[in-house]
Amino acid sequence: MEFKPQIIAFLCKWCSYTGADLAGTSRIKYGSRVRNIRVLCSGRIEPTFVLQAFKKGADGVLICGCHPGDCHYQEGNYRCLRRYMLLQHYIQQMGIEKDRLKLEWISASEGKQFADLVDAFTERIKELGPTRIPAAIESYS
Amino acid sequence: MVMETKKTKLNLAIYWGAACGGCCVSVLDVHELLFDVVAAADLVFWPIALDTKYKDVEMMPDGFIDLALYNGAVRNSENEHIAKLLRKKSKILVAYGSCSHLGGIPGLANLSSKEALFSRVYEETESTVNPLKVRPVPEYEVPEGNLEIPVFYNDVRALKDVVDVDFFIPGCPPQTERLVEVFMAIANSRPLPPKGSVIGAGEKAQCDDCSRKKTENKKISRFYRPWEVEDDGVTCFMEQGVICMGPATRSGCGHRCINGNSPCRGCYGPTADAIDPGAKMMSAIASVIDEKDPEGIEQVLEGLVDPAGTFYRFSLPSAIIRRNIK
Repeated sequence: MEFKPQIIAFLCKWCSYTGADLAGTSRIKYGSRVRNIRVLCSGRIEPTFVLQAFKKGADGVLICGCHPGDCHYQEGNYRCLRRYMLLQHYIQQMGIEKDRLKLEWISASEGKQFADLVDAFTERIKELGPTRIPAAIESYS
Repeated sequence: MVMETKKTKLNLAIYWGAACGGCCVSVLDVHELLFDVVAAADLVFWPIALDTKYKDVEMMPDGFIDLALYNGAVRNSENEHIAKLLRKKSKILVAYGSCSHLGGIPGLANLSSKEALFSRVYEETESTVNPLKVRPVPEYEVPEGNLEIPVFYNDVRALKDVVDVDFFIPGCPPQTERLVEVFMAIANSRPLPPKGSVIGAGEKAQCDDCSRKKTENKKISRFYRPWEVEDDGVTCFMEQGVICMGPATRSGCGHRCINGNSPCRGCYGPTADAIDPGAKMMSAIASVIDEKDPEGIEQVLEGLVDPAGTFYRFSLPSAIIRRNIK
């Protein structure tokens, strides 16, 4: 059976979610394995969100926010970037492949870029294969 | 403090699982109050101090022990057996100390695996001479009979992951005054908090009642190890660039480390509203880094040599991602 990855995307309301919306209204086709979650700002995305997504079986987690300098709240996307980079160090220590977590900036006008990003990310997750995280942490040995 | 009069004596049990012994010593730190404790309770099981055998505990009727303090993590089959035994024999089972509460320092072994630990310890260390690659086995036949040692598990677990726990007293070790308060409450049949509560600690973060001077403008352009900084004894550690787990750690310890001019290491575990202590800390730390471009941020993060070990020092087995998944 073909592997159908579960991808969770956290999108900031002001730019990236609007960008994803634009992809939809422009009828651009993109990978259907992504579940978009709208947050007020990429600075709202706590490491806990990402780790919970992985724990509950996400094969990949995508984070999108406004381009640097464009944050509706001025600083949020920089916070997001720092958290993301710190999380990258952490998840690799825990044996999780770094490519399972990705951060990209998507503006409200970048519907096409969002679609391409989802397609490329889905491809990469397919290469990595199904997540081992739930199986590794559910039962004790 | 004088013990209030009480008709019957309590049966008290204390056990150590995968522990360093510090929790048992913290019980002795009640000093002369120990006489009040002994006046109110019979110590029926305490391996560090008494020669009670496991079979003596097995022979006790169920619920015979009024209060059992289990310190240490669950690392092997012996720890698990006693955890289950004490659960059965005790009215109140308390996870006492960081290891029992969240997994503690032994829980850091979850960054590795049983196989990796065994090959390091029995084959690779510089001082190991073991040409036959002998490793401990749980059962071994000798002419005199069958020898058994506990089975070493791949995962280190907190007590709550093995048995139902009534209360948690955090700390490495817990502050002894808190233990006395809890003990006296039970001895005098005072109402106890709801089951599953963390007792003998606060609800908020260390920072809320920290005496160090804080400003609103926290910006870190480099992380320092504590020995690299000449601490002025006054300014918030985080503002000096030293990682302090205060923002993500439950209060109630009396700031023993901070008063000793050492940053908080997080032994009291996460605050009441945090799911994952390390994630909370990562969130807080990332907010104060004074860089905006990836290269600059990366340079600051290089000063953080061991994120998992730093942020989950006492809590890895209770984290969202509770072990290295490789």
